Amino acid sequence: MTTATNTTTDSRPPADPPIAPGRDRFAYLLRAEWTKFRTVRGWIVAVFVSMVLTVLLGLFISSHSHIAPCTTGPNGGGCSYILPNGPGGEAVTDTYYFVHRALTAEGTITVRMTSLSEASENGQNPQGGPAQKQPASVPWSKAGLIITAGSDQGAAYAAVMVTGSHGARMQWNYTGDAPGLAGDVSAASPRWLRLTRAGDLVTGYDSADGANWTEIGAVTLPGLASSVQAGLFVTSPGSTTPTNQGATSASGTSSGATDATADFDHVDLTGGAPGGSWTGTSVGGGSESPYPTGSAVGYRQNADGSFAVTGSGDIAPDVTDGVGVSVLFTGLFIALIAMVVIGALFMTAEYRRGLIRATLAASPRRGWVLAAKAVVLGGVTFAAELAALAATVLIGVPLLRSSGNPVYPVTVLTEARAIVGAAALTAVFAVFALGVGSILRHGAGAVTAALTAVVLPYLLTAGIAVLPTGAAQWLMRVTPAAGFSIDQVVPAYPQVAAAYTPANGFFPLAPWAGFAVACGYAVLALGLAAYLIRRRDA
Amino acid sequence: MDTTIDVAGLRKRFGRTLALDGMTFAVPPGRITGFIGPNGAGKSTTMRVVLGLDAADAGHALIGGRPYTGLRLPLTHVGALLDAAALQPSRTARNHLLWLAHSQGLGARRVDEVIALAGLQTAARRKAGGYSLGMRQRLGIAAALLGDPPVLMFDEPFNGMDPEGIVWMRGFLAALAAEGRAVLVSSHLMSELQGNADHVVIVGRGKVIADTSVADLLASVSGHSIRIRTSARDRAAAVLARAGATVAISGSDALTVSGIPSERVIALLAEGSVPVAEVTAHRASLEEAYLELTKDAVEFQSGGASGSARPAAVS
Repeated sequence: MTTATNTTTDSRPPADPPIAPGRDRFAYLLRAEWTKFRTVRGWIVAVFVSMVLTVLLGLFISSHSHIAPCTTGPNGGGCSYILPNGPGGEAVTDTYYFVHRALTAEGTITVRMTSLSEASENGQNPQGGPAQKQPASVPWSKAGLIITAGSDQGAAYAAVMVTGSHGARMQWNYTGDAPGLAGDVSAASPRWLRLTRAGDLVTGYDSADGANWTEIGAVTLPGLASSVQAGLFVTSPGSTTPTNQGATSASGTSSGATDATADFDHVDLTGGAPGGSWTGTSVGGGSESPYPTGSAVGYRQNADGSFAVTGSGDIAPDVTDGVGVSVLFTGLFIALIAMVVIGALFMTAEYRRGLIRATLAASPRRGWVLAAKAVVLGGVTFAAELAALAATVLIGVPLLRSSGNPVYPVTVLTEARAIVGAAALTAVFAVFALGVGSILRHGAGAVTAALTAVVLPYLLTAGIAVLPTGAAQWLMRVTPAAGFSIDQVVPAYPQVAAAYTPANGFFPLAPWAGFAVACGYAVLALGLAAYLIRRRDA
Repeated sequence: MDTTIDVAGLRKRFGRTLALDGMTFAVPPGRITGFIGPNGAGKSTTMRVVLGLDAADAGHALIGGRPYTGLRLPLTHVGALLDAAALQPSRTARNHLLWLAHSQGLGARRVDEVIALAGLQTAARRKAGGYSLGMRQRLGIAAALLGDPPVLMFDEPFNGMDPEGIVWMRGFLAALAAEGRAVLVSSHLMSELQGNADHVVIVGRGKVIADTSVADLLASVSGHSIRIRTSARDRAAAVLARAGATVAISGSDALTVSGIPSERVIALLAEGSVPVAEVTAHRASLEEAYLELTKDAVEFQSGGASGSARPAAVS
């Protein structure tokens, strides 16, 4: 009997191919895993079916959605509603009552505000006559001074104001917001407001006594015409109930419009155009507006030079009346379930049949086997869902518009992030399931665990939306489902009251932060899987 | 070529069961080494340890002096058939071989070569889930040969094979050994390897009971004896006893003689003019030798342990 004691002898057989560097061997592994994946017909069929379902469901949604605000607003009736865009390109609400005069390139407008009160418009009159107004509390009602490039909706502006319950503020171009004096306005505690214009630069001030002024902010409005409109404005958004998790309309607002009335005196305009006089304009108050118009709003100029102005609406980014492009991604949810199942089976099927031994005998470097599986699975999932989503968006967005839905205008980058991110998220979840499958080595268990972690939180918070907001927000922070925030295309603004819930497309984490949470779970699962697959006997 | 399997002092415990208890043997190139023992003796566990699938608690297993996990493209060093049922049922046989080939940087041409070697040409594009056990064994053999390795390990390759398949397998194993490869073939049935293996490693309860050539094994268990049928029974007994043989009367016209070679028995009887109807050399079969060796090592003695359930084959 001979034994191999001479370990220095090169024992490779003559037929040994040229020795491959490690990187090439990983390429071999990738190719082997890809061959494995593509040669199980059920998996390939499932991928194609999930792609087709993604597209079909997206197109179904786009042709059957009717989310136009004027069909659900107080005015009712069908219409085609186009959201105005602000200077930054975002969708905006720009509806208010405006008492104004022309202002030249240099000038200052100053006013004292002595009251701001709001009323709801939806009080039912038992006698069946016109709806009666009832006092209401609207935290983000706004009244003050505004300098605007024009009365077209979406025009550039800068304003200083007192709000219902967020104190004095300076706001500009819909998304800009800076706080001034805190506290509400009253006759006993009036607020002095001032805007000065020097060319493109507009500076806002507030004061409690008209003598000591504090600058709130200064903004540049590029290309502001030499003659603009300046004056008093009042507006009041519909009251919302942000805690209403199961909002039935996409807007998330479940109660009606309000108006606000403010009293102004000590109005002082310098730099006004010669011969100008005060004019009242209801900006954005057309018949299609969801806000009260006509006689419900207006102004009164008293003999002593004071004004009482009533307005309704909002000057803010619009986060409730449109639909994001990700509304078309509903079908992705089914694709995601399919890919999670395939992801788990890609590993557990090998354990079930003992095939894992052939795999690990062919490639004893087990961590790399796991990595190759993850790359193949993630790559296939990403490519398939990216193609499906791109097709969905290309066909779906025009369909969505043609069926009367205002689609939020978003930048190309944001739209690309939502599409690429959704495809990547599906891939991340599939890889997560692969890791879970490798840890549990049992198909049904792994599928159940992965779906529970990924799908259930989303279903509970956004799908059937049975959870209270606090629990929903928590789930969408700490579970892998946090990754769905990659689909949020419209940001939540602290200065706009709305139902910022997952059901309405708003997530507690920033898009990439949520995506990172999902990735963290996938890395964690793969890491534990890699540790276990090295330790365990195959 | 020194490429061998070298197993030394392997110990492995699964919970309370000691699966390997100092397993030590070597498989040299150029011949078939039978790896024989009752079920549960540790054959499969040893093979899994050799392939780096199971980690031994102690000892080492080397392929050509190197641990398996350190081999580049290991299927070009060792080909193994562990479990013929380890297949994705919905994948075709050819695609099963294809992913294995790709994992070693090999292509479809090599796949078609081993399909031909294993005689699977007509079935290769069918789903492996529909294969009979015998066909799966052929597929497993094809997979083991993909990398044209100098070392081969087959765990119970005869399982589920029809007689034609068994003949093919024996010839195939012999040809592989004749090419200079080290071939380790496990079985719980000695008879499957009789006339095929040159050398046997007999194991029981996780360790080697005998590591010997087949000829030595036979000699060690029982010296051969000669049966004689003759009408002159007593005269024949006297002649042979005088020459130093041990003679036992085994029938009215039969004797069993041992202690002297058969040629000498015939010569003595001829010299003595003893009429002889029949002279047979009675040799202990490998199966008998194996049963003798493993009777203490069979894990489940009652209920017909595998070794004793079959009638002993006669060579």
